[in-house]
Amino acid sequence: MTLTLVVEIVSWMLILAGSAFTIIGAVGTLRFPNFWSRLHAASVSESAGMIFLVMGMCLQAGVTLVTVKLILIGAFIFITGPTSTHAVANAALMSGEKPESDVTGEKASKGET
Amino acid sequence: MVRNFGGFMLRALFTALTLFVLWLLMSGIYKPLIVWLGVASVLVAVMVVRRMDVVADKGRLEIKLKPFAIIGYWIWLMVEIVKSNWAVSKIILSPTMTLNRHHFNVPCTQKTDLGQTIFANSITLTPGTISVDVEDGSFLVHTVSYSDDSLSALADMDARVSKIESAVL
Amino acid sequence: MFLAAAIALFISMVMVLTRLYAGPTVYDRVLALNSFGTLTVLFIAVLGFLSGRPDFLDIAILYALINFVGTIAILKFFRYRSLGDISQVPDKKGHDQ
Repeated sequence: MTLTLVVEIVSWMLILAGSAFTIIGAVGTLRFPNFWSRLHAASVSESAGMIFLVMGMCLQAGVTLVTVKLILIGAFIFITGPTSTHAVANAALMSGEKPESDVTGEKASKGET
Repeated sequence: MVRNFGGFMLRALFTALTLFVLWLLMSGIYKPLIVWLGVASVLVAVMVVRRMDVVADKGRLEIKLKPFAIIGYWIWLMVEIVKSNWAVSKIILSPTMTLNRHHFNVPCTQKTDLGQTIFANSITLTPGTISVDVEDGSFLVHTVSYSDDSLSALADMDARVSKIESAVL
Repeated sequence: MFLAAAIALFISMVMVLTRLYAGPTVYDRVLALNSFGTLTVLFIAVLGFLSGRPDFLDIAILYALINFVGTIAILKFFRYRSLGDISQVPDKKGHDQ
């Protein structure tokens, strides 16, 4: 029964990694200085944290209907997470929030709309 | 109203079958009464979808992708997500957050709307880059760690997404 | 070990709620709300494993669906109704989201 032990260890590692990424993303949401950089921090916990946690829970559940539901949740968040992040960013851009640039001496090609 | 009746029925049948398989996977209880209720709900859903299809006939999504190439792309995307997550996590956890924020335009070469959507979603899905706005033939991308090769990395992703599109039009 | 994941998710949710409370612009709050919804979905799923009741996953699916639609609805409201000066919004292409 070494296979079950390996699956167990891998799934715990995935769940721990997912938890760590989730907390890192939340810390970034608190620490980053302005809106445009907070977008990136939020997508850390939304992509890596979510993927690792769902994969770990899938390994824990084994081949059952529970796994199908977990994969459905994961696929849905995988598709809609970036979409809503893009929607927030686009709405902020449309309402006149200017994205700032730390790069000097280089002209942003069309950013100053 | 509907010109291609055979293809239309085929699509309705395919939708019903997909929905019923999804229902069976979600339910997990296989008593006759419950299964018949599921069949009824699938029929109602297909009727609604059919009405929507007739109303918005032009806006139907057509998936024209290479089915095997997309798996390879997905695996590559997973590796990219993990790598960029690691990079952004290092920025977040470092005591002095050295941000190098910038926004620039990335040209996209996809022909279909679905290809462009996949490219924009892939940009946003890798932390550190976010597609902010869509213009004709290019995306406005905001990044948190700008370097000289970030444009070429996104051009590489663009080429990969274009490769999984099958030849249409 | 699911307990550790649940605690981690709970701490993250509290931090995101802090950002939701403190966020200077309205888009910070929407972003935090969306992030909070995703974390809630994961929290419900982990809680289902923790208490040995996988039925919780149905609630998690439902919450994921509602969260996405709710975020888009809030943004659309902000853009086309009040809560922001409509006359200053650059009407670029007028595309719906």
